[in-house]
Amino acid sequence: MNEMQFLTWVRGPGLDLAVSIFLLGVVWRLVEIYSLGRKKDLAAPRNVPGASGWHTVFRRSIPPEGMVKRSPVSYIGGYVFHIGLAIIVFLFVPHILFIQSVTGLSWPGLPSQFIDLVTVVTLAAMVVVLVDRINKPVKRYLSTFQDWFTWALTFLPILTGWMAVQHLLLPYTTMLALHILSVELLLVFLPFTKLFHAFTVFGSRWYNGKVNGHKGVPV
Amino acid sequence: MSATLEKGVRVLKEVIDAPIASYFSSCVHCGICAEACLFYTETGDPKYTPIHKLEPMRRLYEQEYTLLGRLKKMVGLSKPVTDAELGEWQELVYNSCTLCGRCSAVCPVGNDIVYMVRKMREGMSASGNAPDGIKGAANRTVTIGSPMGVKLPAVKAQMKHVEEDYGIPIPLDAEGAEYMVMLSSMEIINFPEYLGAIAKIMQQAGKTWTLCSTAFEATNAGMQIGNSDLARVIVSRIVEGAERLKVKCVISPECGHAYTALRWEGANLVGRPFTFEVKHIIEVLGEFQQQGLLKTEGMETDRLTFHDPCQLARRGGVIQQQRNLMNQVAANFVEMPDAGFMNWCCGGGGGASAIEEGEELRLEAFKKKKSQLDAVKPDRLVTACANCRIVLEEGLEHYQMDIPVVGLTEMIAEHIPEKGA
Repeated sequence: MNEMQFLTWVRGPGLDLAVSIFLLGVVWRLVEIYSLGRKKDLAAPRNVPGASGWHTVFRRSIPPEGMVKRSPVSYIGGYVFHIGLAIIVFLFVPHILFIQSVTGLSWPGLPSQFIDLVTVVTLAAMVVVLVDRINKPVKRYLSTFQDWFTWALTFLPILTGWMAVQHLLLPYTTMLALHILSVELLLVFLPFTKLFHAFTVFGSRWYNGKVNGHKGVPV
Repeated sequence: MSATLEKGVRVLKEVIDAPIASYFSSCVHCGICAEACLFYTETGDPKYTPIHKLEPMRRLYEQEYTLLGRLKKMVGLSKPVTDAELGEWQELVYNSCTLCGRCSAVCPVGNDIVYMVRKMREGMSASGNAPDGIKGAANRTVTIGSPMGVKLPAVKAQMKHVEEDYGIPIPLDAEGAEYMVMLSSMEIINFPEYLGAIAKIMQQAGKTWTLCSTAFEATNAGMQIGNSDLARVIVSRIVEGAERLKVKCVISPECGHAYTALRWEGANLVGRPFTFEVKHIIEVLGEFQQQGLLKTEGMETDRLTFHDPCQLARRGGVIQQQRNLMNQVAANFVEMPDAGFMNWCCGGGGGASAIEEGEELRLEAFKKKKSQLDAVKPDRLVTACANCRIVLEEGLEHYQMDIPVVGLTEMIAEHIPEKGA
């Protein structure tokens, strides 16, 4: 298989396969989790403004007082790479063109020099977060193979995409194919690893807010 | 032993619901929960990371309720939960967790970790892996009537003393009273002032109240141990008593877990909504204060601070009332760092104080409370939970800190003018 054939495969059958596994996986996992249901809370509720599932879905995006100081790398590194990732994925013009070609939806993007900058910052933040996972006793203690694996799954698409744009190391076509392949791997594994928090984070925050909101405690 | 492990595993499978599945699926191992847990912050030992305390339950969830986990189990790739493992986890699920809920308040993905620990204790208890200290307390509550073995005659003797000391009759089994007052053993034995305080407060407010001969003990070790069957037996006594006496409201004493057991878990344990209200004594005092039924004279002038019991504040939603009450009788009331919603646990909640072998760790964790107290240097420490009070007193004594601990209800009652005086 030469590089053109490789690119054709990842853009065609490879993409179809990855997206299918991703979509089916997401639906399966969501059903698997949320169909377990929960018992109705029979205690008389205490209603307090600001104490509900929805409040917590939003409120939990902001660190509680004093916590940034206790775990600065997790918070700052976490913010930077999540926001960076979102900017790269949704506001890089070639990505928007790709999404348009598949779904017909389109929106304005950001200048590529800016995306370059964001990409470098995001990569750096991910490296810092990784070093923190290695250095910090609690994070190292909690870490399993999945933590290192999913870090790589997230890091590689950004790295290969950036290298393709910068024409580094490998011919553009090959690097682009590798970039698409790495995204496909990310899609395939996302529903079945901790990366699935991208979906369940909303349900988890909502349940926490709901259960405690029943007691009149805004969490 | 295998029969009990089997039972434990079955119970664990039963308690896993959509929230728990969602929580386990959301955890990214960021470790922020550790920073909220006093057993980690004071020891620096990563095994006390709250989410790690649930590891056997997480594996069971994966093996039983996820497609990939079931596949892994089928081909023999997963590690089954064993009795030895659960035994090893006893220290993590009981000794080093007071169900204080700080972890649940900080988790960035929103995991309610304490909700899961509470459920995991059901499996631990069913598999015979609960600590003997709480087991004993739970069994005594069911067979004798209270965790410390207090029986009705002891309560009656206490009532008589209080009637003599205060000159106020203590009603027992008065049908149709507005309030039914519950006690904790700790109050019956160690803090008799509480009953006298209630008598004074109710007399001034002009409210009818009663004790109940079949349900005077409010604490629920069944809930702490994680045995819903025992917890139900204990709560049912109170429900039957309250319904027999046709009271409007049952007052939980100054005891955090009694409040949670009755106010938030009670109806779910008996399987139907209550026909009466449940309030913590601090909520009732707060209402009396608002309605102008709580008139006090004089002020405490020494430097006072307030320790928020976890189950009252963060887990129970009662935060402002105690501050308003403090301000009514204390001229020099100062707040500790993190006071209120994010207050740090005394280190002995959730049944932990009943675990003898956990004492050393408890005292180590108390360094957190010590640092909070060192920051404001109070003359006295006020709280509203008899268990906190005992644990605080032990910790203060261990660190040779000369800070007396008082109950808020008693302090308020001391400022109520004598009738006719």
